[in-house]
Amino acid sequence: MRFMVIVKATPESEAAGAMPSNEMLLAMGKYNEELVKAGVMLDGAGLHPSSAGARVEFDGGNISVIDGPFTETKELVAGFWMWECKSLEEAIEWAKRCPAEPNDPSSHLEIRRVFENEEFEQGTGIDQHEKVAEMLAERKASH
Amino acid sequence: MWRGTYAPPTALMSRSINATIDALWRMEAPKIIGALARLVRDVGLAEELAQDALVAALQQWPEEGIPAKPAAWLMMTAKRRAIDRFRRDRMMREKNREVARELDAREDVSTAMIEAHLDDDIGDERLALIFAACHPELGREARAALTLRLLGGLTPPEIARAFLASETTIQQRIVRAKKTLRDADVQFEVPHGKGRNERLAAVLEVVYLIFNEGYSATSGSDWMRPQLCGEAQRLGRILAELMPEETEVLGLLSLMELQASRLGARVDAEGNPILLGDQNRARWDRLLIRRGLAALDRASAISKGPGGPYQVQAAIAACHARAAAPEDTDWLKIAALYAALMQQTPSPVIELNRAVAISMALGPEHGLAIVDDLVEEPALKSYHLLPAVRGDLLEKLGRMPEAAAEFERAADLAANDREKQMLRERARAARGMLN
Repeated sequence: MRFMVIVKATPESEAAGAMPSNEMLLAMGKYNEELVKAGVMLDGAGLHPSSAGARVEFDGGNISVIDGPFTETKELVAGFWMWECKSLEEAIEWAKRCPAEPNDPSSHLEIRRVFENEEFEQGTGIDQHEKVAEMLAERKASH
Repeated sequence: MWRGTYAPPTALMSRSINATIDALWRMEAPKIIGALARLVRDVGLAEELAQDALVAALQQWPEEGIPAKPAAWLMMTAKRRAIDRFRRDRMMREKNREVARELDAREDVSTAMIEAHLDDDIGDERLALIFAACHPELGREARAALTLRLLGGLTPPEIARAFLASETTIQQRIVRAKKTLRDADVQFEVPHGKGRNERLAAVLEVVYLIFNEGYSATSGSDWMRPQLCGEAQRLGRILAELMPEETEVLGLLSLMELQASRLGARVDAEGNPILLGDQNRARWDRLLIRRGLAALDRASAISKGPGGPYQVQAAIAACHARAAAPEDTDWLKIAALYAALMQQTPSPVIELNRAVAISMALGPEHGLAIVDDLVEEPALKSYHLLPAVRGDLLEKLGRMPEAAAEFERAADLAANDREKQMLRERARAARGMLN
């Protein structure tokens, strides 16, 4: 089963121009290597601070756009991985091995299981999703 | 007994400790068995010692909590068991001098040596372990079972369900395989120089066998069978990292990722197979396609040519993956790749596939010319896809009576009931077109 492991933001990751320390980069690189060598890691990326992003809010029919940064740091996302694990327990055990910034008490990971297509009831809703994905694929291929 | 610091048990109260131990075991077993096999030079014994460590964990952890470094705990415990075992052996030997001579072969594996390695960094012996489990001394089925056991951490009942075999059969298969390795005195090493390619081919064959065992399972069957695809992909991913320069490893990985990307699209709600051209491509897994194409790119950058059979097959799968719609498929390229494959591993089945590609690229009459040459091929005498393809090409050329006869012949030869039914319907339809 596939899991998205979400790296939650910290004051450090949210700081403008924030880059991880060399030590942290090294530890993270080693950790990623271990994940890849175990056949667990499929994908992953880090995100710029929320100050470089924006939010689109839907309040009934009213749409408003709010520029970052956003304040609720702990709820923000700083990066993610896609993992293939045999169970949630395995994902948890891998997550526990993730190096943590020692002076960062608030850092945490969130593990979420990815929906598989088969889990959805067949119907017009899912057909529409598939149609859009097909259009996207065609557009990509025509480039 | 070595003990790490323990996490407070309360943190784990909500989770089943056994599920956690199970997950840790599957994660760590290949490394532990590999490290032990390096020390005791016996894969079978290494597995037993590692099992002992698992049993110890199952006894202690529920009571005392999970150690802070469970992987290190398991490894240390297993190594301790190895030392205990050799101490016992030595005592036995001292008691009985005659037995001692038989055991002399293993004399150099002293407890001192194991103790010296006790605190070593855990080296990665998984590659040597894969090569041992897939040793050509073993039959294909035995290699597959042993690989799933040692590298995938699967239990014999799980392997039995996956291969639709009885548990006893699998147990015996594993026991016999371990004995064969012991009797043949198989070296625990990553082969190099002459013979390496052959050994590697034996490994890749088993990984692909495991994959296909899962891939050929229909949706209605046991969940354990499709899971085999995942096991094989994981093995492929591990191998690709441990041997990043081997183009065939990358080729096989690419092939499996690309084929697996279609897993969700190849059967309909009733479980009937959907042919590649009729599949809803929106259901193809884009992440796996991306990974498959990336692995193929890595292989191509190294091989600077079409590469070996797995890489060529991956390149064919990539042609399909890149086509947003069936009509966008680069059939000429596929035909050329099948021609390359024909040169490497000549087979009438590949030639039949080439014929299909040619017919798609240039027209049915060109494909039919190749298929007609295959009609006398003894190896395809009872292969239902030969008349099925021939019928399809004849139908496209408007030669309906001949097409109907070919579909009938294909239906007679097909083993699968659904396929039989589909072919009979096509025969009926072809005959109907006459009226």
